[in-house]
Amino acid sequence: MAKVTIKVNGKNYTKAVEDRMLLVDFLRDELKLTGTHVGCDTSQCGCCTVHIDGRAVKSCSMLVAQANGTSIVTIEGMAKGGKLHPIQRAFSECHGLQCGFCTPGMIMATAGLLKDNPNPTDEQIYKGLEGNLCRCTGYINIVKAVKMSAKLLRGKAR
Amino acid sequence: MYSLSYVKAKSLKEAAAFLAKNPEAKLLAGGMTMIPTLKQRLARPTHIVDIAALPELRGIAAKGGRLVIGAGTKHHDVATSAVVRKAIPALAGLAAQIGDPQVRNRGTIGGSLANNDPAADYPAAVLGLGATVVTTQRSIAADDFFQGLFATALEEGEVIVRVEFPLPKRAAYSKFHHPASGYAMAGVFIAQTAGGVRVAVTGAGPGVFRWTAAEAALAESFKPAALEGLPLDASGLNDDIHADREYRANLVRVMAKRALAKISGKK
Repeated sequence: MAKVTIKVNGKNYTKAVEDRMLLVDFLRDELKLTGTHVGCDTSQCGCCTVHIDGRAVKSCSMLVAQANGTSIVTIEGMAKGGKLHPIQRAFSECHGLQCGFCTPGMIMATAGLLKDNPNPTDEQIYKGLEGNLCRCTGYINIVKAVKMSAKLLRGKAR
Repeated sequence: MYSLSYVKAKSLKEAAAFLAKNPEAKLLAGGMTMIPTLKQRLARPTHIVDIAALPELRGIAAKGGRLVIGAGTKHHDVATSAVVRKAIPALAGLAAQIGDPQVRNRGTIGGSLANNDPAADYPAAVLGLGATVVTTQRSIAADDFFQGLFATALEEGEVIVRVEFPLPKRAAYSKFHHPASGYAMAGVFIAQTAGGVRVAVTGAGPGVFRWTAAEAALAESFKPAALEGLPLDASGLNDDIHADREYRANLVRVMAKRALAKISGKK
């Protein structure tokens, strides 16, 4: 067993876990943060994307032991005080989802993209979301939502 | 995943000593290949020894006509480093094309080289630039390091510490991405170095290799036309569901021309 201390969405957790436990299983099964999804479980779909120390990563492709001592943000940590994060609001308003299964990962990947590049072109959005799949293929509205997110975060929309 | 023990190494020395005592232990850096491999039960190490955070494997520096990159440096950091962009822009550009953003935030240059996936990008740069792989035990020239499909010159317990790239006069990388995986169906790295022209090909064969006929032709005339009709034996190239070997041979030629066009500033 490994003992890990991890900050998730601002709260510290110390737990004993199996050495082979994946980070995504820790988040979902131990902390009951089920907004982070397991889609493909083979590091292709990006549904399990969370931020570790400010960088987007796929939580199905690392052990929780590797995240010991880090600070993690999941989709549950995006809304503040009952108010949607601007990226969540943009995905809702642009209908950047169909079934919604990929959406938590899309939102966390978008947050990562916009951190590096606050005003991406369409081409840069395609590249920036390369690690995320939407099997409803609703990409057009997802790209719209990313653009609106960028505007909101730059303070240029309503 | 089979049961295993996770060990976080505090130093390279400690990691090497642990590996020496535990022959079935494996090193873990970013884990972008290792963790999926474990999940598929394709490997069954007794321990995984995490070296990702070791300060000894960190750092990017240009000194004495060389660019030195610590083995634990993540792809994202190579892609966005001002030092790399200035010293060898083609290397920063290559790192920016590896996998996807989430993979680039975890995967490391040392891990990529030690794994030596036949379709990985870094082997093309390391071989194309004639870099040196420095380990806990010795320095290995790129020409000796890569030994075919997932095979390298690394001995048991030997750990890559850093990679030293001599600065080329000019260099470029062009890659045809597999549309689903992002791996290279064919990737060609061309460099004009002090020792002559080097052309390294990844993705097309069972391991990264130098296209020596192209090197000779480009030494004569450093122009895309020099590659026209040049022999490239397709018989040893990969032949699979994604592309047959003749198709891959053609991709190599096209990627080489694109890399040359990049070098001469033409799109």
